[in-house]
Amino acid sequence: MGLEKLNNLYREVILDHSDHPHHKHALPDATHKITLKNPTCGDVINLDIELDDQDHIKDIGFTGEGCTISQSSASMMTDAVMGKSKDEALHMAKTFSDMVMGKKHPQADLDELQDAAILSNVMTFPARIKCATLSWWALQRALLKQPDDGNDSEKEE
Amino acid sequence: MDSTLNKLLSDFPILDQKVNDERLVYLDNAATAQRPNQVIKALTHFYQTDNANVHRGVHTLAERATADYEAARRKVQQFINAPEPEEVIFTKGCTDGLNLVASTYGEANISAGDEIVISIMEHHSNLIPWQQLAIRKGATLKYIHLTDDGELDLDEAKQLITDKTKIVAVAHASNVMGTVNPIKELAKIAHQHGAVLVGDGAQAVPHMPVDVQDLDVDFYAFSGHKMMGPTGIGILYGKRQLLEAMSPYQYGGEMIGFVHEQEATWAELPYKFEAGTQNIAGAVGLGAAVDYLTKIGMSTVQAHEQELVNYLLPKMEAMDGVQVYGPQDPAKHTGVIAFNLENLHPHDVATALDMEGVAVRAGHHCAQPLMAYLGLTATARASLYLYNTQADADRLLVALQETKEFFNHGSRETK
Repeated sequence: MGLEKLNNLYREVILDHSDHPHHKHALPDATHKITLKNPTCGDVINLDIELDDQDHIKDIGFTGEGCTISQSSASMMTDAVMGKSKDEALHMAKTFSDMVMGKKHPQADLDELQDAAILSNVMTFPARIKCATLSWWALQRALLKQPDDGNDSEKEE
Repeated sequence: MDSTLNKLLSDFPILDQKVNDERLVYLDNAATAQRPNQVIKALTHFYQTDNANVHRGVHTLAERATADYEAARRKVQQFINAPEPEEVIFTKGCTDGLNLVASTYGEANISAGDEIVISIMEHHSNLIPWQQLAIRKGATLKYIHLTDDGELDLDEAKQLITDKTKIVAVAHASNVMGTVNPIKELAKIAHQHGAVLVGDGAQAVPHMPVDVQDLDVDFYAFSGHKMMGPTGIGILYGKRQLLEAMSPYQYGGEMIGFVHEQEATWAELPYKFEAGTQNIAGAVGLGAAVDYLTKIGMSTVQAHEQELVNYLLPKMEAMDGVQVYGPQDPAKHTGVIAFNLENLHPHDVATALDMEGVAVRAGHHCAQPLMAYLGLTATARASLYLYNTQADADRLLVALQETKEFFNHGSRETK
């Protein structure tokens, strides 16, 4: 078989996001912050979100380190949720998490995810699903926290 | 590879399969080894013919099961050259054995202000039990660091181990650095200061001759599953006079002498430390693994792995963009080879190698303080055993080359 199958996992667009991640920087005016870790592989993501007074995502950025999949997933996630309302973003996080577990979703939901929808292939690599979901979990956790919770740190297996 | 070892391959049915359409090359032996037919058959035979609970029964099966269980203990005793079978305690595994020592000997002998010395390369199983003991007792945990070559810094060890030191706990062989630590010398230093030496033999006993009397270790723990025995069985060796003085680890059946309403006495060694029904079949399987390794000879196993390392390590070191950790001299390196590919996360490497049928591990290898000390978050790790061949080493080398090319925008353009 060799590495041809790897192309399913590491599509050009994924490698491009990983080589040149979008929105990879901290936000000075973040209203929501979270740090999530995957202790099994040492991946870490610090996610900063700035919501406007309409609860829309005015800006989003991430820092941290991880494998190709986790970095590109974070990059694609920030692209997809920029400008969305909090509820829309939470819905997208649910769609993404269902998608990589192999659950069916309406095509319209998947389209909303933009580039991130391409990570549906990760479900054929079960050991790598957590790499793809880490940033979306961070998004979900950060948005569900009260803004005055401060910058706490959580560990995710 | 000589013909004796070549014939061994047929003993391991699991290795005769394809993974992702390629012949499986299993290089994750430091995590767990594969079992030969001889071990699998011993387990089946026990369950099909001899199974009963040990020691308490008077019927024939109970006698047979007891004989099998105790025979396994004596096999292990001879394998590590322990003076007496009573000093060989069955545990769940290496972690369980180390926790036993920390919870009993440690609990009774460590006080505020005492010092425990371990190394920075310890697996979490030989680190957290001592860290938590130190916290409970107000003791100090000190770390021996590494030389530039990745070996344990014996000079620093001589400075750190003082009359304040009560316990020195060090891995006999590292599960990351591929080094063998000078346990015998450390035991000597520890004893000069009245401390005990606890050896973590998880990565040593499966791969080299180990003689606990020659090493003069006070406690020595290892797992069955890394030496081709079943999971859930391990060994703690301890010197008799130390074990005699220790309190039990767990309470219940099997470990008692006389039980009264308000007090009890404990069984003799080793049963004082074997509360409840033990993993009897696991012990029998471990005995079969010891038989298997003994027949081949541990010197032969060690020489074979060394020969493979001599072949593989220089080739990996010579590859552009490959960083190998631990000593660069093959003569100082065991079959545990941690490495990284430049600009690539080890998880991506492990997935790519898996697509080529090559099983390696990626992560922090349960050694987070070591990773932090080396300034790494994770590494990939290939680890060898007696059934690995030069062909396996070549497969790894080719797969590494292809992985590099794939992520250097080579094959992905073919899409």
